[in-house]
Amino acid sequence: MFTTYDFLQIIIFLGLLIGLTPVLGNYMYKVFTGEKHLMSAPLGWLERLTYKFVGVDATEETNWKTYTFGLLLFNLIGFVFVFLLQLTQAYLPLNPAHLPNVSWHSAFNTAVSFMTNTNWQGYGGETTLSYLVQMLALTVQNFVSAATGIAVLLALTKGLSRRTTDKLGNFWVDLTRSTLYVLLPLSIIFAVFLVGQGVIQNFDTYQTAHTLQGAQQVIPMGPVASQEAIKQLGTNGGGFFNANSAHPFENPTPLSNLLEMLAILLIPAGLTFTYGKMVGSKRQGWTIFIVMMILLLGGLAISLYGEYSANPIFGHSALMEGKETRFGITNSVLWSTSTSAASNGSVNAMHDSLSPLAGMVAMINIMLGEIVFGGVGAGIYGMVVFIILTVFIAGLMVGRSPEYLGKKVEAFEVTMAIIANLATSFVILLFTAWAAVSTLGLSSLNNVGPHGFSEILYAFSSAAGNNGSAFAGLNANTVFYNLLLGIGMLIGRFGVIIPILAIAGNMAQKKITPVSTGTFQTDNWLFVSLLIGVIIIVGGLTYFPALSLGPIVEHLLMNHGITF
Amino acid sequence: MKTFGIALKIFLVFTILTGILYPLLVTGIAQVVFQHQANGSLILKDNKIIGSELIGQQSDSTIYFTSRPSAIGNNPLPSGGSNLGLTSSKLKAMVVERKSKFITFNQLDKNVEVPSEMLFASASGLDPHISPEAAQLQINRIATARHFSNTQKERLKILVKKMSETPQLTCLGESRVNVLLLNVALDKLK
Repeated sequence: MFTTYDFLQIIIFLGLLIGLTPVLGNYMYKVFTGEKHLMSAPLGWLERLTYKFVGVDATEETNWKTYTFGLLLFNLIGFVFVFLLQLTQAYLPLNPAHLPNVSWHSAFNTAVSFMTNTNWQGYGGETTLSYLVQMLALTVQNFVSAATGIAVLLALTKGLSRRTTDKLGNFWVDLTRSTLYVLLPLSIIFAVFLVGQGVIQNFDTYQTAHTLQGAQQVIPMGPVASQEAIKQLGTNGGGFFNANSAHPFENPTPLSNLLEMLAILLIPAGLTFTYGKMVGSKRQGWTIFIVMMILLLGGLAISLYGEYSANPIFGHSALMEGKETRFGITNSVLWSTSTSAASNGSVNAMHDSLSPLAGMVAMINIMLGEIVFGGVGAGIYGMVVFIILTVFIAGLMVGRSPEYLGKKVEAFEVTMAIIANLATSFVILLFTAWAAVSTLGLSSLNNVGPHGFSEILYAFSSAAGNNGSAFAGLNANTVFYNLLLGIGMLIGRFGVIIPILAIAGNMAQKKITPVSTGTFQTDNWLFVSLLIGVIIIVGGLTYFPALSLGPIVEHLLMNHGITF
Repeated sequence: MKTFGIALKIFLVFTILTGILYPLLVTGIAQVVFQHQANGSLILKDNKIIGSELIGQQSDSTIYFTSRPSAIGNNPLPSGGSNLGLTSSKLKAMVVERKSKFITFNQLDKNVEVPSEMLFASASGLDPHISPEAAQLQINRIATARHFSNTQKERLKILVKKMSETPQLTCLGESRVNVLLLNVALDKLK
């Protein structure tokens, strides 16, 4: 039964999100524009020291190609480090459970996954990775992959708000400020709070308990809270444990759950405000926020409907398969909707066991490119792709040359936007098709019938969208899936980032046309509805056939009581 | 080459900062302020660990409250759920079996509505809780198995009520009972 309490929890969650958006957004604006802010005094020396040690001139700005080159190089170094650390963990310290070296294909997958902010888990953390790898490889990537996303957004913002220049800022400065002033302070506070709720944080060996019934239970330990905090805040989502945020050591109470959920959307939501302020119009930021909020609520409503509708196979609604007692149905669905809307991908319930409709909403959120708040930075730059398409289509309809924020949108921008858009759909549809007809792909399935197809479709959507959540019954820890999903993540990440930076570079060189009565406004309700329309039509046309073979047909068959 | 040097050095800085200093700082604070939680909320009895408050353990004896079904048999290495979809015939068969088992095990009327969490496996496989309703349905069976007198049985009822947690901060999450803590208290019941 959906009760007033369920409703109240949703309202509290949304209220906190809306209330904190301008607060955090304004703080981030100050950080990214170099104004004096709350953390300048306590941490400013660290920023200056970093530049001095690294040899960066913070005032020097670069064009988009140099910016992109630095970004790619930095990511490559991260990948190599994470890859090598996994291959040698058995010889390295902080491995109290004596876990062996990770297989090359799983190490490749995980290294790509954490570099690209996907944080897909082909492995079970507690039985695969040493504390050293969790901290030194994964936690670090949780920070810097999120900071990379923010950096791309900042470059794009500069491209849109500056005129006749080729300078987009300095990648190293953007990276450092995001990490130092935004991600790190929030993570420290949040991690300590989580420990207070029961999340563990230690370097002990796994403990053996002698249970009341006289059995033995080995309880894993580790520095969990420090990873948990940034995992949620940086839209990463790769859990310390296999069960992710459903594990009581990652998410022990309803309160920790509420704040972990909030942490998923907090920075992406705040960035809409930052974006608006940086492009010189808060309204533009709020417009994006409203579009995202409408899409989030729409998805949430469908998910709740799916979960609370009577299920003819089991004879009642609100089924608890793959859900935790302390969270119940509503918190599980609120999470599944948020984590897929953002590119977080952490879970507090097993998505494989959600009702077909709730599972489908998660998939659609990911397929649309995670533009509903989305990944830190990635959500807005993904949304800008759709904005460019929308002004272009609107321009075609009224026969006027399309503009966004006073910048002319021309063939180059539209081409790049289309490339960014096609990169993900290419991976999702073609790779799914391949896996669905090959023995290598099908032998990993946990479910049969349409739900089995959904497992594959979800996996490649998750990889291409850099989400990381899964219909986890699929055994993805095989050479086939590790490699194919890894490649999918790379295409889904850099196939979007590079076109976006190219757009930024090209836009920066253009003049800004002053607003006139003939300007097509991009900050009113008409634009909100047009943008939502384009998002749904583009997404719908691309993925509807695939979805109808998976969750849609499963939903219909389920309602006739058919099992597989 | 210059860019490579910068990238390498800045990677080093962030690795030290976020990969070493940050977890150590959090560990330091946690171990001072929240030592019990940071170390796993372990429950000790005669200096031996009998479990963690947060980690559900297998409990299917007649003298204890039963915990939720677990796809991993409550073995935390590794945690996880069944990942079966709602159109899975395997899941359907398991639910039918669990239902009849719960009813016969607890000597209940066959029309009684068994709470959903006792029929379906949890997400983590380590869910420490069940609903207060699920605990109440087990009282008679436990009282019989432990040869409780009527007053003892009344005390057990009060215990279940006392150990039932309401939603956190009055409106967050669900009402629940921690099975391990309840069973530990049950052993102490006179």
